Amino acid sequence: MSPWIVVISAFAYLAILFWIAFRAQKNTEQAKSNTKAWIYSLSLGVYCTAWTYYGSVGKASRDGIDFLAVYIGPTLLAPLWWVVLRKIIRISTVQRITTLADFISSRYGKNISLGSIVTVVCFVGIIPYIALQLKAISESFEIITQGQLTNSSSNNILKDTSIYVVASMALFTLLFSARKIQTTERNEGIMAAIAFESIVKLVAFLIIGVFLTYGIFHGFGDIFSQAMQNDTTKKLLTMPNSTGYREWFWITLLSAMAFMLLPRQFHVSVVENTNENHIRKAMWVFPSYLFLINLFVIPVAIGGLILFQGSGVNADYYLLNIPLHFDNHLLALIIFIGGISAATSMIIVETMALSTMFANNLLIPLIVGSEKLKATFSKNLSGISLWSRRLSIILILLLAYFYYHQLNQYYSLVSIGLISFVSVAQFAPAMLGGIFWKKGTKAGAITAILIGFAIWTYTLVIPSLIGNSAAGQSFLENGPFGISLLKPSALFGLEGFSPISHAMFWSMFFNIVCYITVSLNTAQSVLEKNQSEIFVDIFKYSAIYESTVALKGKASLPDLEAMLAQFFGTERTKQVIRLFAKKYEIDISDPSHPADYRIIAYAERLLSGIIGSASARIMVSSILDEEEIKIDEVVNILKESQQILSSNRELTRKSAELSNALNELAEANNKLKENDQLKDDFLSTVTHELRTPITSIRAFSEILYDNQDLEEVDRQHYLGIVIKETERLSRLISQVLDLERYESGRQKLTLVKVACSELIHDSLEAMDQLIKEKNIAVELELENPNQILICDRDKLMQVFLNLLSNALKFIEDNTGRIIIRSKVVEEIIYFEVEDNGKGIPAEYQQIIFEKFFQAKNQLMRKPKGSGLGLAICSKILDLHKGRISVSSEENSGAKFSFSLPAKLDQELKEENTGI
Amino acid sequence: MKKQGKILIVDDEPNILLSLDFLMRRAGHSVFIARNGTEALELLSKHLPDLVLLDIMMPDVDGYQICTHIKQSAEHATCKVVFLSAKGKESEIKYGLDLGADAYMTKPFSTRNLMQKVDELLH
Repeated sequence: MSPWIVVISAFAYLAILFWIAFRAQKNTEQAKSNTKAWIYSLSLGVYCTAWTYYGSVGKASRDGIDFLAVYIGPTLLAPLWWVVLRKIIRISTVQRITTLADFISSRYGKNISLGSIVTVVCFVGIIPYIALQLKAISESFEIITQGQLTNSSSNNILKDTSIYVVASMALFTLLFSARKIQTTERNEGIMAAIAFESIVKLVAFLIIGVFLTYGIFHGFGDIFSQAMQNDTTKKLLTMPNSTGYREWFWITLLSAMAFMLLPRQFHVSVVENTNENHIRKAMWVFPSYLFLINLFVIPVAIGGLILFQGSGVNADYYLLNIPLHFDNHLLALIIFIGGISAATSMIIVETMALSTMFANNLLIPLIVGSEKLKATFSKNLSGISLWSRRLSIILILLLAYFYYHQLNQYYSLVSIGLISFVSVAQFAPAMLGGIFWKKGTKAGAITAILIGFAIWTYTLVIPSLIGNSAAGQSFLENGPFGISLLKPSALFGLEGFSPISHAMFWSMFFNIVCYITVSLNTAQSVLEKNQSEIFVDIFKYSAIYESTVALKGKASLPDLEAMLAQFFGTERTKQVIRLFAKKYEIDISDPSHPADYRIIAYAERLLSGIIGSASARIMVSSILDEEEIKIDEVVNILKESQQILSSNRELTRKSAELSNALNELAEANNKLKENDQLKDDFLSTVTHELRTPITSIRAFSEILYDNQDLEEVDRQHYLGIVIKETERLSRLISQVLDLERYESGRQKLTLVKVACSELIHDSLEAMDQLIKEKNIAVELELENPNQILICDRDKLMQVFLNLLSNALKFIEDNTGRIIIRSKVVEEIIYFEVEDNGKGIPAEYQQIIFEKFFQAKNQLMRKPKGSGLGLAICSKILDLHKGRISVSSEENSGAKFSFSLPAKLDQELKEENTGI
Repeated sequence: MKKQGKILIVDDEPNILLSLDFLMRRAGHSVFIARNGTEALELLSKHLPDLVLLDIMMPDVDGYQICTHIKQSAEHATCKVVFLSAKGKESEIKYGLDLGADAYMTKPFSTRNLMQKVDELLH
């Protein structure tokens, strides 16, 4: 295919990207959250570079499904994102962290050396990875234009396609990332472009996949059956053996770590996150993306092997060669563009991330940390920040270019990628330890990373560098100075591992061991302690972080503003400060007044976003009168405020409990007082009642005694009264005692069987005399006279007698009428005793069943019995598990109703005697 | 010679009324009986007794009210009031006497003491 068409298409594609980025940047305000969530989720696809696009097929064609291991890692990790990733994002938002190096450095006390170390490791580890993207672009360009790879390395730089790629990449990245100072490192424009590139490479791969599977072959089934017929392809479909499983384990672990720690991944997943809830979408979108983009890898590998077996086509580029083989130039172009997508997205983001690290975590801290350099350059820090970033972009790309040209052709795309993975994996212990383990110290982190890096270099980098010389060969075969235990490929005798898993094992082992042991044996600086507290407990603190004291010392607000103005310009600085002051109601009207500590903390955070947290810390503290002295005060304050908050909650809860308890006490007290009052009333009532018959007894006894000459009639009369009153007295006493027994629960029923009618007739017989005397008519309406009742006969008689005598009290002689009714409904027997007497006023109807009541409204004749009668009836009915009540209206009689269960209740039987 | 007077007996307990009635008649006084406070007030104004034997706990008008009535009206200026009540606490006795009663006897009373007191008061 004509090179010009390819070149123009490529540039056209880049122009489209540019346009997308530009438009997105402009419209970022209006963009809906859902769109942003999709952009976020898709931008994670930058994980899939030319390695995925071209390299997977190559690896699959050699080793079958082993290529998948690199995607299993991130997929398995996805459920944890909500915990781990969200935590990292929260920390980064709160502390204005903008790069991976910044994160790690910040956690360990805003340490400059740590930041520099991380930056250097990233450079060393990632530049080869960038180089491989360049390699992919160049090689794919060669293939599409010339049909095959030529091994000629042209010395004419102008003929070298990759230099143009480098130049255009530099231009693109510069145009978008290092244009101006920003308060955050966010770049919504570029992210939209990256998301677009994710879609393009996915679609391209799917197109070629479908073309191959359904166009050339006849579906998956066909491909697989054809594969089984060919020995080479057959083994692609076999499952790994035991060493295979071990490989899988290590690669999976490695890729899981890389997913978080590659600078470009940190950037898109953490720094570019605008809303923690977007993580939810990403958690399913990204694994789905991985699934889709890998769907056709095996088919393409099989197809390629079948089509090109033995023809020397580089398996990495089957994707491109297949359409070329069928002369489908359009498809080939699409594939090529897809490859450009895959490569350029990686280059852009990775370069951006690395350049920011270079500026913020290497260069500026160096300047600001050294007195001499600071003196010379501090006035121009903003300019230096910007230009260092620009220059480092160019620098990185040039380094990648040079590395690419040194690349040993032997290395496949995949293995270079994996080597880079292992380099960033060295950050994992320090990083994860940093966010979950407060005790991790800076010394531990530095030692761990350095050792891991050293082992990485020794086991992975050195072999490739020295493999060409004879001395080098012998070094590799026999170890340094012949010490075979130190062989780079089998340290300490660990044989049988692939280079990658071998390197992983040892580097991780020493890394973790050093991290833990050194951390446990070193002390933390106060700033470290502060930071570890905040990092590990970020969710607790992020709410109160804004208002904590960060630095001790006074600074004047004008000084602070001047410092910030270097980076933001005077106008913008003033605006930002004013907004902040307004939000937190800080008075900034008096310039001679020292700046509020919250403003100082805010200024530091603003600066962190631009020059990294370590430098920002140094800058701000340099304009304070006092250096921060007791930062552990901050930790204490943070802890105290946590404690105060929880004490407050405790206090509120306790005082609520207390006032509840007080209320209950007051109620109980009132009840007691009531009871006391009631007791008094009861006693006075009872004594009154008792004294009345005694008075008659005494009076008549004395009369009889003093008047021997009484008429016999009178004598009889008076003696009769004495006797009756005595009876009355003893009955009263019995009732009081009875009632006491009922109340204390000592009263038991003696259960017998008795017919309703019998009960009623017996009661009427007992009252017969009185009834006749008063000439009262008694009517019976018994629906079920033969109904057998199981009850305490005497006690129920007592109830009837009491009700009857009450009725007799209240009705008129001669005209009085009493009606007794009984019926059975659903196994409950109902009785009624109704009269046509005076009736009972409504206000007394409830109280008459209480023992402490003495109806004031009695008739002329003092009733036989006393106010206790109905109370006792009520107790009797209670014992029978029945009820008693009254319905009455003044002057129209009263109807007493009571009821009890007809059947013998098991409980009743157990509690009492008899049946 | 013991003076004989007009005695009003007020009590809602029939047997007590009977005993008091016997005692007063035996002593030669003329006796009027009221079974409740309302009747008592009627008989008071009708007969203007010299002495009232007054129960306190009565359903309608209680003894206190009657005592007060007697002591506050001119027509009963010479009428003596004797409280006869089961309410025997010191505070209650004091209350009754503060209302102007001439004597307070607690139930059960001694008939002899009662007769003595009545005799006293009628002189």
